[in-house]
Amino acid sequence: MKRIGPFLLEPRLSPSRATVFLVSALSVAVALLLASLIFWGYGLNPWRAYAAIGRGVFGSWPSFSEVLRRAIPLILCGVGLTLAFRAQFWNIGAEGQLLAGATAATGVALFLPVPDGLRLPLMFLFGFLAGAVWAVIPALLRVKLGVNDVISTLMLNYVMSYIVEWLVHGPWKGPTMRGFAYTDAFPLSARLSYLPGTRVHWLTLVLGVALAFVVAFLLARTRLGYEIRVVGQNPDAGRYAGINFTLVLSFVMVISGGLAGLAGVGEVAGIHWRLRSPAHISMGYGYTAIIVAWLARGSPVAAIFTALLFGLIFAAGDYMKTVLNLPFQITGVFNGLILFFLIGFDILMFWRVRIARKEKEGVWTSQAGS
Amino acid sequence: MGPRELPHDPTSRPALVLLKDITKSFPGVLANDRVTFEVRPGEIHALLGENGAGKTTLMNILYGLYRPDSGEIWIKGKRVNIRSPRDAIHLGIGMVHQHFKLVLPHTVAENVALGFWGTPFWAPAKAIAQKIRELSQLYGLPVDPDRRIWELSAGEQQRVEILKALIRGAEVLILDEPTSVLTPQETAELFKVLSRMKEEGHGIIFISHKLDEVLAIADRITVMRRGKVVGTVLAKDTNKAELARMMVGREVVFRLSKAVCQPGEAALRVEDLHARNDRGLPALKGVSFHICRGEILGIAGIAGNGQRELVEVLTGLRRAEKGRVFLLGREVTNRSPRLLSDLGCAHVPEERIRMGIVPALSVEENLILKKHHRPPFCRHFFLRTAAIRAFAQKSIEEYGIMTPSPRTPAKLLSGGNIQRLILARELSGKPAVVIAAHPTYGLDVGATEQIRQILLRQREEGAAVLLVSEDLDEIMELSDRIAVMFRGEIMGILPAAEATLEEIGLMMAGERRVQVP
Repeated sequence: MKRIGPFLLEPRLSPSRATVFLVSALSVAVALLLASLIFWGYGLNPWRAYAAIGRGVFGSWPSFSEVLRRAIPLILCGVGLTLAFRAQFWNIGAEGQLLAGATAATGVALFLPVPDGLRLPLMFLFGFLAGAVWAVIPALLRVKLGVNDVISTLMLNYVMSYIVEWLVHGPWKGPTMRGFAYTDAFPLSARLSYLPGTRVHWLTLVLGVALAFVVAFLLARTRLGYEIRVVGQNPDAGRYAGINFTLVLSFVMVISGGLAGLAGVGEVAGIHWRLRSPAHISMGYGYTAIIVAWLARGSPVAAIFTALLFGLIFAAGDYMKTVLNLPFQITGVFNGLILFFLIGFDILMFWRVRIARKEKEGVWTSQAGS
Repeated sequence: MGPRELPHDPTSRPALVLLKDITKSFPGVLANDRVTFEVRPGEIHALLGENGAGKTTLMNILYGLYRPDSGEIWIKGKRVNIRSPRDAIHLGIGMVHQHFKLVLPHTVAENVALGFWGTPFWAPAKAIAQKIRELSQLYGLPVDPDRRIWELSAGEQQRVEILKALIRGAEVLILDEPTSVLTPQETAELFKVLSRMKEEGHGIIFISHKLDEVLAIADRITVMRRGKVVGTVLAKDTNKAELARMMVGREVVFRLSKAVCQPGEAALRVEDLHARNDRGLPALKGVSFHICRGEILGIAGIAGNGQRELVEVLTGLRRAEKGRVFLLGREVTNRSPRLLSDLGCAHVPEERIRMGIVPALSVEENLILKKHHRPPFCRHFFLRTAAIRAFAQKSIEEYGIMTPSPRTPAKLLSGGNIQRLILARELSGKPAVVIAAHPTYGLDVGATEQIRQILLRQREEGAAVLLVSEDLDEIMELSDRIAVMFRGEIMGILPAAEATLEEIGLMMAGERRVQVP
């Protein structure tokens, strides 16, 4: 038991699902409440601002479809990250893995002489492989040399980002693009189709949702999933049980990075139809996916829903920028606040808080409180 | 229930320490339930109880590490409020923890000076050294103030801890399981010191779960069970059977029935094994032995003399630098833990929660660890839920694992049930070799009895058992032969029937070597 001011904290050994959900919902709610100060600071009535955003985002199918469009890369990256986090591998590199996938897909789209019917499948295949390779590097570095996974995955994001910059300014710069730092536009056979009236590249969406269930099944019902959970929950027991860490962590990162790679394919083949500056391709999806996976508490299926929540925040951010004239960093502020409270409120999940008063003699008595 | 009657002594000065109706609860556990306990000057008062009976909680309250939920603390007739160990020290209470709190690279004098208000700013160690010499003289605690802690044996380190308390003016000394790290000879030395302190008018609280030594040293004995005081008795008026009954709440059999050893072929053979510890220092220096089927080889020794490294090498968790290991005649030196496990080498690990289970996974998932990759639990990459569940049901019944359900997270089980879970898992599939490291450490008497029976049954069924334990009684009781380790070497292997406690003690201290036949 711990004491902080008038509060007594009692450890809670295994929080129930309801507790986890309530605490997560509470942290999102508090973050939104605090974010309303920003509206207030810009002279907007927070309540009206939220109402306007709600109408703007949910008002019509085309505008709501933007939530889905934004959620697609978040689902793919987020599902991959839940797997890595379950193995206690801190993959902060989904951003770079996404860009690697986008780059590989661009290579296939523009430079690989293949029949039209094969072009999109090959783009997805090579996109997956590129993300996987980019992610396996830090896995091997950690297992073989003990390199910190947070640092190596994070740093590789910058490497990949500069590779993309170099490609679009240099060798892959499109001759037809009149000096812009773009590659040439993809042929029609390398473009994904949309749901009518929207920009939702549905194939990638279906892929993401399906893979979420595949990963959930992998974790729960296969030998490898079992080993991933053992390694993640208690590495010492993993060694004791003779689990091959190199194999398990490499596999985890192949999937995790591969899924982020698929997200990259979806963005270039579905939205941009070309490779361009990393900031435009990704908008920080790889980083936001960290929050998506964290909020999903390691459950790949829950990541679908948390990805939708952040898709909503991205779509709302677009609306705030264009209609309410707020600065474009507003989405980042929302994401940051939510992650902050999510981590901060973890204490409520593992500790039951009670209020206790102090008696004169210095003997503590406690009362059940909220 | 009202306040209990205190053991009365009208002539004495006020008790040095009086803990009155102390209650302390942790989530789900009432660790101390209206506990009353007192120590008078010139008395050794033993606090006896099984692990988890609440002894350490009570002492942590007296030493200011915990605060009681209710109850009073009186020191020399004055009601006090102890907020921290600093308060306790100022009130004349000293504590020697089971695990010493010393800075290993520093000298004895530097350790004693650390955090002591009487330490001068300049040349602290020098001024303290003089005081250390005086006090060692007075109490018969020979320690060289200039030696560094890591050079000292456990017994000497304990003396430093006692000196630390004395120099801070401790009138009451709390010793938490002080003999657990000592050889029998060192224990005798400690008892002399304690008697000397008693004559000087100190009060001593001696925490233990070992009946023999409590009867040997204490004046009064207070027995605790499940957070409550069962009773306080005078040592001269009681005996082992009565204390055991008070401690456990029922009669205890002190002798296990054991069939005659019928050793078969050698199941495990180790030749000239060398290995290093985590710090890269030699930990095993040419260890050789064999264990036959149907035999228990006990490894005795003070912790840190290479037992851990030996177990790790034998289970594939640590590399041997030199030497060879044979399992059922096949050389398995430095092979993977998985191969060793598949070949029939079971491992009951020393740190059962850190290594033996995955706390967040369910009981049934923990029961298949190490076997999860093989039929019937796994076929073609997929886990077989039905087979896993059936095995869990069978294990829970057979080993009496108390769990709300097979799907309960293993971390919610008690220590004894976690150990039952590990044994159920490790002993399934008839292992040829069982390596058990401290299998009953920290368990209550009931679980200890059961686990010893299980190990004996393995022996009767033809397994070769390697038993590493710091509990000499356990080693003597279960083993057919006893190997004593000292500084990474085996000082000798004795048939258990011929071994005496004294001889083993000398070998544990490295003062005697017996030629291995």
